Amino acid sequence: MKISQLFVLAALTLASACSGTKQNSEEKTEEKVVNLYSHRHYDADKELYKKFEETTGIKVNIVQASADELITRMEAEGQDSPADLLLTVDAGRLHRAHEKGLLQPINSEVLNQNIPSKYREPEGHWFGLTYRARIVVYDKDKVDPSQLSTYEDLTDPKWKGKIMIRSSGSIYNQSLLASIVAANGADGAKKWASGVMANMARDPQGSDRDQMKSIVAGLGEIAIVNTYYLGLLLNSSDPEEVKVGEQMKVFYPNQNGRGAHINVSGIGVAKYAPNKENAIKLIEFLSGQEAQKVFAQINYEFPVNPKNQASALLQSWGAFKADDLNLAELGKNNRNAVMIFDEVGWK
Amino acid sequence: MNIRRKLNSWTINVLLIVLVISLPIFIIYTGLIGNSSPTWDHITTNLLPQYIANTTLLVLGTVVLTLIFGISTAWLVAAYEFPLRKQLSWLLVLPLTIPTYIAAYAYSGLFEYTGPIFSFLRNSLHIDAGEINVRNISGAILVISSVLYPYVYLAARASFLVDSGRLFEAARTLGSTPFSNFWRIVLPVSRPAIIAGVSLVIMEVLNEYGAVKYYGVTTFTTGIFRAWFSLEDIQAAIYLSALLMTFVFALIIAERLQRGKKQFKTTSTDSPLGRYRLNGNLKIAATMMCLLPLLVGFILPVSQMIYWATFTFGKVINDDFGRLIVNSFSLSFGAAVICIIVSVLLVYSVRLSLSKRSELFSKLASLGYSIPGAALAVGIMMTALFMDQVILRSLNLTTGLVLTGSLGALLYAYVVRYLAVGYNPIDSGFKKITFTLTEVSRTLGISPLRSLFSINLPLLKPALWSALLLVFVDVMKELPLTLILRPFNYETLATRAFRYANDEMVPESAPVSLIIIATAFIPIILLNRKINQTP
Repeated sequence: MKISQLFVLAALTLASACSGTKQNSEEKTEEKVVNLYSHRHYDADKELYKKFEETTGIKVNIVQASADELITRMEAEGQDSPADLLLTVDAGRLHRAHEKGLLQPINSEVLNQNIPSKYREPEGHWFGLTYRARIVVYDKDKVDPSQLSTYEDLTDPKWKGKIMIRSSGSIYNQSLLASIVAANGADGAKKWASGVMANMARDPQGSDRDQMKSIVAGLGEIAIVNTYYLGLLLNSSDPEEVKVGEQMKVFYPNQNGRGAHINVSGIGVAKYAPNKENAIKLIEFLSGQEAQKVFAQINYEFPVNPKNQASALLQSWGAFKADDLNLAELGKNNRNAVMIFDEVGWK
Repeated sequence: MNIRRKLNSWTINVLLIVLVISLPIFIIYTGLIGNSSPTWDHITTNLLPQYIANTTLLVLGTVVLTLIFGISTAWLVAAYEFPLRKQLSWLLVLPLTIPTYIAAYAYSGLFEYTGPIFSFLRNSLHIDAGEINVRNISGAILVISSVLYPYVYLAARASFLVDSGRLFEAARTLGSTPFSNFWRIVLPVSRPAIIAGVSLVIMEVLNEYGAVKYYGVTTFTTGIFRAWFSLEDIQAAIYLSALLMTFVFALIIAERLQRGKKQFKTTSTDSPLGRYRLNGNLKIAATMMCLLPLLVGFILPVSQMIYWATFTFGKVINDDFGRLIVNSFSLSFGAAVICIIVSVLLVYSVRLSLSKRSELFSKLASLGYSIPGAALAVGIMMTALFMDQVILRSLNLTTGLVLTGSLGALLYAYVVRYLAVGYNPIDSGFKKITFTLTEVSRTLGISPLRSLFSINLPLLKPALWSALLLVFVDVMKELPLTLILRPFNYETLATRAFRYANDEMVPESAPVSLIIIATAFIPIILLNRKINQTP
């Protein structure tokens, strides 16, 4: 291949790459659209968006990246931002976007009816769509569940060398510690973090699923994980993972006190949303009974709409009391929680 | 006659290119001027020592391993004849096609409790051996080295094939042994190329995020993310990356110093090495030695992915895969060609400009490679917005955002990020072409541009091809820039694979990762043939 031929080829391939997007931008002017910045990314979500398009004629355009990156992008784009909606998988990030003035309040009868008030920001800056709990799972052959009680109890020396948990870079751990800061103050939270550190079976690492696998491999006995990761294990396409899931039992902590720590996957309307009406329609659709069924079950989460029931699997783990803390508090305490993790040396 | 004096406009060329390339970097660093950071104390007392220790260990470990893997295989393939040599010479490049974080997941999966090895032991042989935990710093070093060594291998091999020719032959006729030839002639001559390869490895390691995060190793990169997103302190994040960049810049200067005044130039391109024949056990040993890095860096992780893909393939493959492949391929190829053009222009301009200073200055253009992708993405975004909102709008050319969120911005980002990857091999390629050639052609009245096309580029071909290959494969795997800067509804193979992996659905990411590998496969074979054909 001559060098000049190479240039021609490169120009051609680039043109073909551009053709796809040009089409999209032309569509924008003719069609009704809603632009979604999303941290959630499940294949089944797409089916829902397709259904939304079929019923309303509004096309859902998506950019998927991590919530932090999307927030930075919205901030930079300012008034010119094409984003209509921000969808994240934890309340802390929604709170941060709200704090930075990136979201606008929405008052919708439909939403107020579909979503209980504890799952939405009081002024309507964001709305939870599904929730999950961060709980204790244990090896059913090794642990006597009567020994388990609260998150605070996990610092007891009886658990020395038995607890598995991932690193503090995980937003799920940060939110859990933020809820403990809210409940027991910064000093209490620091005591908790160093107490759990002392009981860890090994250095924090890996994912929530990995913790459960390592329990079955014999490295520890209890792990702190999100509910849906157990759901994912039990429904894995790998039979070995299913076996690991079956070895686990769920324990909801603090049932006699404030309740188990929960977090939401939620959505807010962007301050400069060019398609605000369409954006509200999409949230209403996602919080509606029909969509909630799919949206929650995709990822083994609990639907926020009280008219919907959780999936059979989640129900089999029994009803539980959830921490009533306003989820915006998780966002407020996040930074403090991270600094506590650093101070006690939780990697 | 010194023709350099007359060509000062080339200095302006260098200035312009460097300015455009480093604009996003400067924009990030304008943040350095500002209020002092509230969490900086917290970071220096609690975290920084760990970041420094882990990052240093990680860099040293990978440098040693990639040097061993890369040089030994390159030398065997270049200088000896043994079974499978021809096939191995391109197979050894394949680990480059595997994104580091995917390799990290694959290794963790291979050795975990539910992985194929321990499942087999448990279910078929009834041996419960638990699991091997690779999620630690040694595991990270091994995994990262095993997929990055081809940077060293490619650079070393190209140099062994081209430079060593006559020198090596001469030494051979004088009765010198291959072993002493290697240490006394080949290695010193090829040092600039090898160092160029290693510096790519170092920068890649400094930038590594997905694998170290998963393995629980805290480094500068994880620290930058922590400061920025978890501690919500962009200032501190910028301090950390400034420290990192200072380190990279020191490396670049050190490389220049060690090279010193030594210059190895040859005008001969007509005699590739005559290969030594090996016999008996040595032949087998050579094949084995080349198979080892291939096994660790490619066969094992790919086998794990194939194993996963067997039960997830039907679930995740759907009809938009063709589009994904076209997107990935055309973006990578386009970005690679642009990088090569810019690199050649830059290196050539530096040569023709009068000053040493412009050479050092040109190195600024390769700093983009040392900044963590997510941070650079923000710099690019700011630059694109600046162009949209300030320049285009004030000229009344457009309303709204044209560049931001377009493929143009994404391509610009790739060039800023990967210019170093193309620049280094081309720079060391140019260093081997004696400047006299250009000077002579100039005295004969040939224009600098014609002399570039008719004299320099043909001599540069092997370097051009390997630069093209490296950038292509890098862009193919690239994540943070693509994720943040891509237009609506635009997906590539890498973003699709990441989507699954990020949700702890690693088995589901395997089919897509395999397609990334397969798509990168074809150009590797084609380009490799080019490298081999050119003497």
